[in-house]
Amino acid sequence: MSRRATMLFALVLAPVMSLAASGKVLAEEAQRWAVNMPRGVTSVSNAIYDIHMIAFWICVVIGIGVFGVMFYSMYAHRKSRGAVAANFHENTTAEVVWTIIPALILIVMCIPATSTLLKVYDTSEAEMDIKITAYQWKWQYEYLGEDVVFMSELATPETEIYNTAPKSQYYLQEVSEPLVIPVNTKVRFLITAKDVIHSWWVPDFAVKKDAIPGMVNETWTSVDEPGVYRGECAELCGQGHAFMPIVVNVLEKEEYSAWLSEKKVEVAAIRELTKKTFTLDELMAAGEEAYNRSCASCHMANGEGIPGVFPGLKGSAVATGDISKHLDVVVNGVAGTAMQAFGGQLSEVDLAAIITYERNAWGNDTGDAVQPIDVLKFKQGQ
Amino acid sequence: MAHGPAKGIGRWLFTTNHKDIGTLYLWFSFAMFLLGGSFAMIIRAELFEPGMQIIRPEFFNQMTTMHGLVMVFGAIMPAFVGLANWMIPMMIGAPDMALPRMNNLSFWILPFAFALMASTLFMEGGAPNFGWTFYAPLSTTYAPPTVNYFIFAVHIMGASSIMGSINIIATVLNMRAPGMTLMKMPMFVWTWLITAFLLIAVMPVLAGAVTMMLMDINFGTSFFDAAGGGDPVLFQHVFWFFGHPEVYIIILPAFGVISHIIPTFSRKPLFGYSSMVYATASIAFLSFIVWAHHMFLVGMPIGGELYFMYATMLIAIPTAAKVFNWISTMFRGSMTFETPMLFAIAFVILFTIGGFTGVMVAIAPADVQYHDSYFVVAHFHYVMVAGAVFSGTAAVYYWLPKWCGRMYDESMAKMQFWISFVGFNVTFFPQHFLGLAGMPRRYADYALQFSDWNMVSSIGAFTYGASQLLFLFIVIRTIRSGTPVSEPKVWEGAEGLEWTLPTPVPYHTFSTPPEVK
Repeated sequence: MSRRATMLFALVLAPVMSLAASGKVLAEEAQRWAVNMPRGVTSVSNAIYDIHMIAFWICVVIGIGVFGVMFYSMYAHRKSRGAVAANFHENTTAEVVWTIIPALILIVMCIPATSTLLKVYDTSEAEMDIKITAYQWKWQYEYLGEDVVFMSELATPETEIYNTAPKSQYYLQEVSEPLVIPVNTKVRFLITAKDVIHSWWVPDFAVKKDAIPGMVNETWTSVDEPGVYRGECAELCGQGHAFMPIVVNVLEKEEYSAWLSEKKVEVAAIRELTKKTFTLDELMAAGEEAYNRSCASCHMANGEGIPGVFPGLKGSAVATGDISKHLDVVVNGVAGTAMQAFGGQLSEVDLAAIITYERNAWGNDTGDAVQPIDVLKFKQGQ
Repeated sequence: MAHGPAKGIGRWLFTTNHKDIGTLYLWFSFAMFLLGGSFAMIIRAELFEPGMQIIRPEFFNQMTTMHGLVMVFGAIMPAFVGLANWMIPMMIGAPDMALPRMNNLSFWILPFAFALMASTLFMEGGAPNFGWTFYAPLSTTYAPPTVNYFIFAVHIMGASSIMGSINIIATVLNMRAPGMTLMKMPMFVWTWLITAFLLIAVMPVLAGAVTMMLMDINFGTSFFDAAGGGDPVLFQHVFWFFGHPEVYIIILPAFGVISHIIPTFSRKPLFGYSSMVYATASIAFLSFIVWAHHMFLVGMPIGGELYFMYATMLIAIPTAAKVFNWISTMFRGSMTFETPMLFAIAFVILFTIGGFTGVMVAIAPADVQYHDSYFVVAHFHYVMVAGAVFSGTAAVYYWLPKWCGRMYDESMAKMQFWISFVGFNVTFFPQHFLGLAGMPRRYADYALQFSDWNMVSSIGAFTYGASQLLFLFIVIRTIRSGTPVSEPKVWEGAEGLEWTLPTPVPYHTFSTPPEVK
């Protein structure tokens, strides 16, 4: 049905498409030359797809009627065919009829729209809660009550974006770590942001909700089929707007439980690492990687920032001065500027590595090695 | 007449003549149209293929922002003010606008506003990069320092629009020829009268929004900052309370233009004049009470969501009535298809398509999928470009021979129409597909499955862009060396006071008011 609807949609709207698709594998081409909304894998997405198609067909029928009359008139009532203009300029009956008919059509469209909207808004009786926090330009997923929290950010390398490497299949749609949820389970999402407004959108779930700093929005989903689903940020949030994709891995319930317990062990292990003392070289290596992931989009990989917008770190007073000031800026951010508080986003290990890297890279050469335990103490001492 | 225009540059700097000021507005808006268009060309060139090729994402955001701001405030709005300046006094039999010196001022502050805004492109930190809707806190806490220039520029544009509106209202209400009652006014005058009231109502709201931003950025207030007790969503409410009427400010005068062109080339009076007037007034009223349909995903309570959905759908009724009226005007007419008529018919078709997608995005649950996707980009370009820009182009072809007493080259103009029409549709129709398939708007780069339609769209955009250069060429050629025309009624079927004047129109007209029966 979905395929047939897509094809009909294409037939009506885009004769171009069939031309382009001929001679190639249709299934592969259909995705590339997609013309319609996905039907999706949730009851809500199916309901929305149906409303969309009803509205579309109503528009097509009205369009054929209205444009049909117009084109007929353009053909039949042209001066070159000797048409003589009539002189009517009013017809109350006609005007009343074409006010009432659209009104009735709209009322008919409002009925399924209202019931579907009620469904979209029904976040009650959720079986699990996930808090989604948006940052410039990544997502944090927190499994409430499970002590599992992680960041999910773009995994596509810069080389692919700047065309020095061939683009992989999921270019700009792959992340460091996907959100994992169980199938056939009502999951409630609590969505917020730490900096600017973002919007969490997964088309296959028909879930899109703004992530607004200082507010928590609610929405939900219950996915019918296991699989990997991809989405993106839908609200302009700065230069990384196109580079903070969403990937959701929907697992069978048992697989999900296994994943969750494994994840808990992993989180505990990372916490253990906080107590370890690293060498400067280890911190620099880890720091470069973490810096490029979390800091380079503003401060740039060469530490020079973007003049006038994002300060450079190369030779900066913060990166070469007092360590506790440096810790304060990275952990707590700078109020009123784009510098975020990274204390809640990154692990102590990553924070220590990044600060060490910033203090020694690009000729900053302070020789300071900041250990994870120093970061932890700084955080606790506040 | 006693005297003609002054000599030299002084004519344009100090002019209080409505025709000169109209000309200034039109040339200014065309210059802005080309500037905003060149930003669009950069956007489409970058989106031609996946990957970043030409510009960086940061600059891409500056381009989308400046494109929107320049097109809305610099190209479309001044274009219709220019047409109003030229045509309203001639249509109502007045010698000039009611407040000619203010008329001069309201034009001459505009170039300064846009020079100020465009200069930010060359400043450290770059131009505004937060979208033409400038949502806080991206446009406050996270904005480049040039945001202050942007705020000041918006204030100047607002002042210009308010002065222009006061002038139009004063002219229309006080200076109509004897016998021209309100319900005998030409549709273009009616639509502008209503538009002027909309402008006076909402431009101060925009000024308030940017002033609150200014305070948040520079003076430590927290109107839009939740951490200080404010609310980022408040910004969106205030912005769209301005922003929704704004789209009708853009489109109502376009409706007026079309309501003149279709009867002229159908050689038949406009069908349903009084229902057109009432429909325009209802659209204007409804535009004030539907703003939050731009905000279906901010987490409004369901009651609010349902109200804004129902209220928005109501707009379809008066809008549909207008389309039916235009088609009934054509029906059993005696039609010819000169270039203005071609653009008017394209307007009816494409604006109606934009109206269809408008009803679709009004359906709140479906908007979950459409919102902030390319579907929305396609929707509003169908109403803004195929609506406002096509009708502006139609208006220029329609009235240019009257203004300068020279006829444009019909076959060249028809060619320009067809290139525009094809280019426009190739650009924007595929954007419906991109949005439905899941591509968000304002993306500097995109996933591979969106490559093909983006490439098609870019090719269309370059075609459409080129057709505007052809338009410029045709207009200049007409003014300099078009075939002279001298009959007052340039078009066989044209009706109205402006067509009783000699062609080309003298510098001063209707020094004694005509009698309207």
